[in-house]
Amino acid sequence: MRVGENLNAALHGLLESDPSAYVIGEDILDPYGGAFKITKGLSTRFPDRVLGTPISESGITGLAAGLALCGDAAVVEIMFGDFVALAFDQIVNFAAKSVTMYGSRLPIRMVVRCPTGGGRGYGPTHSQSLQKHFVGVPGLSVYEMSPLHDNRAVFDAMLASGGPCVFFEDKILYTRRMNDVGDLFRHDVLPGAEDVARVFLEDPEAADCVIIAPGGMVDRVVTAMRSLLLEQEVTCCLLVPSRLYPFDAEPLLPVLRGARAVLVAEEGTAGGTWGSEVAHRIHRLMWNDLRRPVALVNSADSVIPTAAHLERAVLVQDSTIHDAVLEALRD
Amino acid sequence: MTETGAAVLSARRADDDDLALLLLIRHFELALLDLFGRGELNGTTHTCLGQEYVPVALRRLLTGADHVFGNHRGHGHYLARFDDPAGLLAEIMGREGAVCGGVGGSQHILRDRYVSTGVQGESLPVAAGVALHLKRTEPGALACVFIGDGTWGEGAVYEALNLVSLWRLPLLVIVENNGIAQSTPTTRQMAGTVRARAEAFGVRHHGVETSDLATIRDELAPLVAAVRAGEGPLVVEFATHRIGPHSKGDDTRDPETVRRARDNDWYRLYGEADPERFERADQAQRARVDAIVREVSARPPSRWRP
Repeated sequence: MRVGENLNAALHGLLESDPSAYVIGEDILDPYGGAFKITKGLSTRFPDRVLGTPISESGITGLAAGLALCGDAAVVEIMFGDFVALAFDQIVNFAAKSVTMYGSRLPIRMVVRCPTGGGRGYGPTHSQSLQKHFVGVPGLSVYEMSPLHDNRAVFDAMLASGGPCVFFEDKILYTRRMNDVGDLFRHDVLPGAEDVARVFLEDPEAADCVIIAPGGMVDRVVTAMRSLLLEQEVTCCLLVPSRLYPFDAEPLLPVLRGARAVLVAEEGTAGGTWGSEVAHRIHRLMWNDLRRPVALVNSADSVIPTAAHLERAVLVQDSTIHDAVLEALRD
Repeated sequence: MTETGAAVLSARRADDDDLALLLLIRHFELALLDLFGRGELNGTTHTCLGQEYVPVALRRLLTGADHVFGNHRGHGHYLARFDDPAGLLAEIMGREGAVCGGVGGSQHILRDRYVSTGVQGESLPVAAGVALHLKRTEPGALACVFIGDGTWGEGAVYEALNLVSLWRLPLLVIVENNGIAQSTPTTRQMAGTVRARAEAFGVRHHGVETSDLATIRDELAPLVAAVRAGEGPLVVEFATHRIGPHSKGDDTRDPETVRRARDNDWYRLYGEADPERFERADQAQRARVDAIVREVSARPPSRWRP
């Protein structure tokens, strides 16, 4: 099953099992079914609760917050994640604040879906990874889609969290196969952290290097892990959290302790990144056990160009990760 | 109808409950300014002096099933919904018994189906979502959202108006047009009119020029009933007067403008129309608020854990 199909099935399942659930967004109705076809079939089956809207990201995100305020569950599709900037006020100043600013905990069951990332030549305003702008907002959780996490389970977790969530979906993943880590590696769930997937060769706690990366990076990291193994005999263990923030580094420690290097890889551009938040937490917990500080792999501090060769030069590639691992292991 | 004529009419038709509530809000707001003046309040507050009659007029047109969205100038909105001046004052002062534990303060209140927040225009899309929920689950109920003339500078207002008109949602938008947005006169921040803007979205608009409660209710009752019946949203624009500062000690209007606002103050008009009854009610509410201020001020700080 493709990741996009798995996500589509998750939304079908959510609407089927929860009569208070809504899916809201621009151009999401059949026969179009959304710009990336993730909402295909939803409006045919659930015409009352799948709402095609005007081009009004702030308005529809506020609308979802209003439904959530009344106890409904609301999923908003932002056509391109870049446009979530238009809904920032509703997410940060209303939905996230409402969870606690009225003095007692108020559940807001709401997910803002953001098709994210580059690699498709859509240019500077349709290719960004804006996760970092939502890190550190009290009451708000940040999740990322992954080929190693069933989307229905992730949606259930987000809606059960009681607070609004922003769900980043790397667009490249939609056409990739679920749970595909190639023929060399195995994957499982990290003991003690059911939302963290783990990809490894044989013994995950004996890898030379641990790479922490969100779902959108899995393909690139696995490709790098393969070349590192075959060309350099370097073993890596990949950890993929579904929830990026709040982030609990504690369950990762047993795996991190055995490694000679730790990297965090993400597609977002450099500066004020999620990775620096993760690195800080790891440093606080095990500074004295680390051979060297956690290394960060980001896209360049740049807009994301449209032309393929220019875009490749800015965005993190598997070769970027490959090189960064070797650099981190250099004595 | 002139303001004076309306006041004479209202003196006959405003019952004791209405008059008491009007005066409760007035003295509550005056007490806040006094507390600020004495350095006993933290942060800031926005009083609704001069605009008290708007939520008081509306309260008999709303039901407990309706959701009400107050705003940054929302003490009157809250007090017209709940006879709870002590809880609100405790919230503003951060004392025990605060409606929201002292976390929200003046601008961020949630109680049952009343909610307020401090960002201009933000509540309209949220109210649209609430109206959608009500239309599906409790037909006949509506969402009522208070905004000011300044709020019309925010794009969220138009995104919401478009949605609620398109989907015929039961949303009642109350515009308290007091002619000034913080320090900027409406004439310097709004091109065109609220009416034309509402009508551009196919949303019905009704202007209210009086502060007479009975007249306002008579005018609005059939219009609000139409919102409940599913005939689509409604914008009601009150031409009102802010007789106090935006927050505290920050009124930069020229004295003539303030004098005109005071001339139109319902407090003066009602007082002149029925002096004896008004004076009795005024004294009673002043005394009630004084007692509440003393009692709440003596309470221990509110407790809350993040």
